[in-house]
Amino acid sequence: MKRYAKNINLVVGSIIIFGFFLMMIVSFFYTPYDVTAMDIPNKLKAPNTEHIFGTDEFGRDIFSRILVGSQTAFVVGLLTVIIGVVFGVTIGGIAGFIGGWVDELFMRLMDALMAFPGIILALMLVAVFGPGIVNTSIALGIIAIPNIARVARSGFVQHKEAEYVMAARLIGVKPLKIMFKHILPNVSSQIIVAASIAFAIAMLAEAALSYLGLGVQPPDPSWGRMLKDAQAYLIGSPWYTYAPGGAITILVLGLYMLSNAIRDIMDPRSKA
Amino acid sequence: MLYIIRRLVLFIVTVALVSIITFGVFQILPGDPVKTMLGTEADEVQIESLRKELGLDRPLHEQYMDWVQGLFTGDLGNSIRFSMPVSDLLMDRLPVTLSVASLALVIVLFVALPLGIFVAKRQNKISDVLLSSATQLGMAIPSFWLGMILIIYIGMNFDFFKINGYVPWSESIAGALSTLVLPALTIAIPQIAVKFRYVRTSILEQMQLDYVRTIRSKGLPEKIVMYKHILKNSMIPILTIFGLITAEVVAGTIIVEQVFALPGVGQLLITSISYRDFPLVQGIVMYITVTVVFINFVVDILYSVIDPRIRLR
Repeated sequence: MKRYAKNINLVVGSIIIFGFFLMMIVSFFYTPYDVTAMDIPNKLKAPNTEHIFGTDEFGRDIFSRILVGSQTAFVVGLLTVIIGVVFGVTIGGIAGFIGGWVDELFMRLMDALMAFPGIILALMLVAVFGPGIVNTSIALGIIAIPNIARVARSGFVQHKEAEYVMAARLIGVKPLKIMFKHILPNVSSQIIVAASIAFAIAMLAEAALSYLGLGVQPPDPSWGRMLKDAQAYLIGSPWYTYAPGGAITILVLGLYMLSNAIRDIMDPRSKA
Repeated sequence: MLYIIRRLVLFIVTVALVSIITFGVFQILPGDPVKTMLGTEADEVQIESLRKELGLDRPLHEQYMDWVQGLFTGDLGNSIRFSMPVSDLLMDRLPVTLSVASLALVIVLFVALPLGIFVAKRQNKISDVLLSSATQLGMAIPSFWLGMILIIYIGMNFDFFKINGYVPWSESIAGALSTLVLPALTIAIPQIAVKFRYVRTSILEQMQLDYVRTIRSKGLPEKIVMYKHILKNSMIPILTIFGLITAEVVAGTIIVEQVFALPGVGQLLITSISYRDFPLVQGIVMYITVTVVFINFVVDILYSVIDPRIRLR
């Protein structure tokens, strides 16, 4: 435990993630102001003692909206990672375990998906699926698949010749059971690292799509969407952008730090 | 030669798969695409004529072949919103995007390389922590927010910079720069923060090799050791990184154009999605992706020129 305390990434990353997680839980029960309550006379008030992040163009409390916005960030991130892991591990696992032309076919397809710049693929998919929390998550989930599939595949390739797999085969364990019950736990650490990076990328991408007006739609709160709204008041109220932009940056930073820390702890060799 | 052929085959396979995905994705649109595009007020005659114009009354594989042929000849059909050929619209917007992207690329190169060399010469515990924090921050900050911050702190304090719109190069070079520098910086800063560490790592790895010790012991000046020997040998990993950067810069431009209201390809793509102008979306996605795949292909070939050992693998 002492060893971990020295790991700055682990400590700071965990504090950030835990802080935001707590914020999200609290926001379900309590926000300082009603997030939809408009107060036009008090619109675009700079941060003050009553509204610590100020008020938006409808006089709504920005701090309360940041709190509720964390729900969207976590929901999209979580859905994306679930889709990415379920399909990524299945595709990568089958490709690595079976090998041959199945491997070739699956992996060339994954390469082709990775050939698209991430944001271009995301834009194309939301163009087809349409906006909204669920559709955005599906689009981002599809983008997360190839990377996780690659990681899973290399793990399965490494382990399929291992002695414990041979032994399991010899006593007649079914291939599917070998894959998921025997090999999967052994490659789970790499998959967890890949999944945590996918989580960070998904949150950034959700913010970007919502900023472009193609992701999460009002009335669902989104930090990216808040930045889009704030941009119209950049000259008079530049502070409007600080809270949503800061929230995205700090949360994503925390996720990257945590994923680096997990990687270092699970695979000390990669530390160099 | 075998290496180049193998790379070329891989390039063609990737482009073919990308085209199938780009074409295929739009086939899973729920409902009738023509009705979706025209909205609810369209009558039967309009629907039929658009269906014919788009060639949607023919079998899928024929439509696909037509579309692929269009990609090569530059004839991707007409945009629904503008009633103009997709390729004309693209050509119109391309100079803006290319200007931003190349300016960003130049900034990254001219800052990340010297910075990487600079920090490689001085390494200690504290700078390591600072550098890795800079990198993580560079990965975490959303480009569109960084753009707004640059507008607030630079754009609004210096009269030189315009914070939205575009002035063509042909009109005024200073005018063009005044609209392009901030967007290019927005794209470049996170790239620099992330990529200079690769330069540093690559140089540090070379520094530990025997040949460096040998030339040092021969008494060569440190400048020649660094710039003539070490830098030359660190070029391969550095080149890989810059291949990646190009892809990221192109993608970054798409979003950053929106922050600075630049009338580029990115803005065209985003408005065409909002207007459900799917032929245009398909064309833009395809061209951008093929450009990126092509750049990576060229980088692969360049490796083998710089380091002939790679061809043997």
